[in-house]
Amino acid sequence: MARRAQPVSALPGAGAALLVAALILGTLAAVALRAESARGFGASDWAALRFTLTQALLSAGLSVGLAIGLARALARRRFVGRSALIALLGAPFILPVIVAILGLLAVFGRAGWVSQILMFFGLEPLQIYGLHGVALAHVFFNLPLATRLILQGWQEIPAERFRLAAQLGAGPRAMWQLLEAPMLKRVVPGALAVVFAICLSSFAVALTLGGGPRATTLELAIYQAFRFDFDLGRAALLSGLQLVLTGLAAFVALRVSAGDGAGAGLDRVVRRWDGGTALARGLDGLWITLAALFLLLPLAAVVAAGISGLLELKASVWMAALTSVLVALLSTVILLLLALPMAAVVALGRSALIEVAGILGLAASPLVIGTGLFIVIYPIADPFALALPVTALVNAVMALPFALRILVPQAREILGRYGKLSMSLDLTGRAFVLRVFLPRMRAQIGFAAGLGAALSMGDLGVIALFADPEVATLPLQIYRLMGAYRMEAAAGAALLLLVLSMGVFWIFDRGGRWHAEA
Amino acid sequence: MLKLEDCRIGNGAFSVTADLQIAPGSKLAVIGPSGAGKTTLIEAIAGFLPLRQGRILWQGQDLSDVAPGKRPVAMLFQDGNLFPHLTVAQNAGLGLRANLRLTAAEKLRVQHALERVGLGDLAARKPAALSGGQQSRVALARVLLQARDILLLDEPFAALGPALKAEMLDLVAELAAETGATVLMVSHDPQDARRIADQVVLVAEGKAHPPMATAELLDNPPPALRDYLG
Repeated sequence: MARRAQPVSALPGAGAALLVAALILGTLAAVALRAESARGFGASDWAALRFTLTQALLSAGLSVGLAIGLARALARRRFVGRSALIALLGAPFILPVIVAILGLLAVFGRAGWVSQILMFFGLEPLQIYGLHGVALAHVFFNLPLATRLILQGWQEIPAERFRLAAQLGAGPRAMWQLLEAPMLKRVVPGALAVVFAICLSSFAVALTLGGGPRATTLELAIYQAFRFDFDLGRAALLSGLQLVLTGLAAFVALRVSAGDGAGAGLDRVVRRWDGGTALARGLDGLWITLAALFLLLPLAAVVAAGISGLLELKASVWMAALTSVLVALLSTVILLLLALPMAAVVALGRSALIEVAGILGLAASPLVIGTGLFIVIYPIADPFALALPVTALVNAVMALPFALRILVPQAREILGRYGKLSMSLDLTGRAFVLRVFLPRMRAQIGFAAGLGAALSMGDLGVIALFADPEVATLPLQIYRLMGAYRMEAAAGAALLLLVLSMGVFWIFDRGGRWHAEA
Repeated sequence: MLKLEDCRIGNGAFSVTADLQIAPGSKLAVIGPSGAGKTTLIEAIAGFLPLRQGRILWQGQDLSDVAPGKRPVAMLFQDGNLFPHLTVAQNAGLGLRANLRLTAAEKLRVQHALERVGLGDLAARKPAALSGGQQSRVALARVLLQARDILLLDEPFAALGPALKAEMLDLVAELAAETGATVLMVSHDPQDARRIADQVVLVAEGKAHPPMATAELLDNPPPALRDYLG
């Protein structure tokens, strides 16, 4: 059968997908070729693998376990600020890791607020470094995500069922058995798998709160093999292991996950007739209050500690900030150049392979790509001179799966709704892209660009691998200040980074919707 | 002459056959039960659906491999005939140039076309600020500017009330008379057919029948049509 006519060509998207696949698989191949020359696994490598799995399991279990209680409380209570709190649950996604860590240190660190209270009562201060610190930071990032995923499950229980259960006089136990337990059985495995997969490739958290032989993740071990020992063979071997691990986890997560937690209507309250007792109300209130404090206090701490430091920022910090903005903008441009043609091809229904290329970004780890790129670039050019473009490129590829999730549904809608009309008007190719596709994608492009820019702005991954002492992005500069125990300056720079990250997201997202027609 | 020679049009598992001729300048209604393949027939002429066999010719030229936008065909769809982000003038102007790079003379022609359909003073508005009837008029102004030999209508006025729909059909008839276009109009309402069509193509049970005179056919329907009309 002849192919149906389409207003846009599939070629650019196929090319973009090919590029992404070549980047991810090519760097993997480069790494694999190098890995053969390694000596095999040493004791510290096994320790890194063990720690990676342990911390990911612990983080996933804690995040999801706590999220169940929080989601339940959020699903059945109405209170002032409820929608604001639920919106806040989306914020950690674009929050720079290093900023959150500074906030967590200010609250839970040795000299933090909690420790000061403990010492006031003559108790020992908290010890944040190590496994529990890594888990704490991971829960901070993933409790909100898990809560959104599980809340989605709760919202998807039809209101009629709650009405029916109330009509039948179901008590809390019966309600649990009839409605809640089956839903959780469906949703929780997916949430666990997603959080587990995310925590597997944790780098920045382990870099700052872990470290040492007992608290090193694989990603961190890759970095150390690379940076301290310049042992490319070992870095490659660890990269291969990391890739197998994240690939498996991403595969499992995609298979068992039900939703993405980005669904609309999460701030709807399900009308329920149970949980009216004082005890239930009190418990729900406690959950919500503790969770809000846990999420808000570190942010408040960053702002409080940063304000004084903000006025005394050194030129090097401003330089790093400028570098970060430029890297983020370049990364956003690359992201859109890759994602838009790919979204168009996916929307044409041409090829599931294109989507696979996007998902590869989920399984790939930035440090593995970085290592591979280094191996590829090393013989022909100075990799350190290319630190910034490489960072922008890797950031774009890492943001690609999220951008595709945002862009594809709208691209589908446009082609479905206006494809035939455009073709009948001979409005195809370039004219279609400029006159129809891009104008109608504006809001989604803005949102995706905002996410991409914010993620790149806050990224502390490849740049740590590649940068020489002369070059730094803002997150790296903050990390260096922390390493030099200049916490005041670090706090000021962290506040600047927080403002910049949220700022670029807001500007792009807002710009996309500005004067947009229905 | 629009000629469908021994055509089989595939649309998934479903297919429609057609072997018929339509005289230039005539106005036809395409009627039949829903799901019989009316839209399939129209979309094949417009070039959206591939032919499994046969060919479609206009004035002796084979259209089979011609892209939809290059055919001598203008088409109005059931809905979504306007781009919401473009102004009324831009939506109409697409009929002249798809890239909207219009010369001053062309802009003047757009304005005239809008005046012809009674929208001369709404050129700068966006479609959302128009009524349903006004939106249909913009699409018709564009059809006028396209000045194609064949006009295909896939029930574009179905969402309008009866009076407004009649008004639009009359406007279509007027415009077609001015440009001499051949009109094929999908409809499930025999009254529409009586209103503007001199001939009817009956599509039933996977087959498009050759055109027959409207009054004759509707007054004395064959069994397939009788089942549909009830």
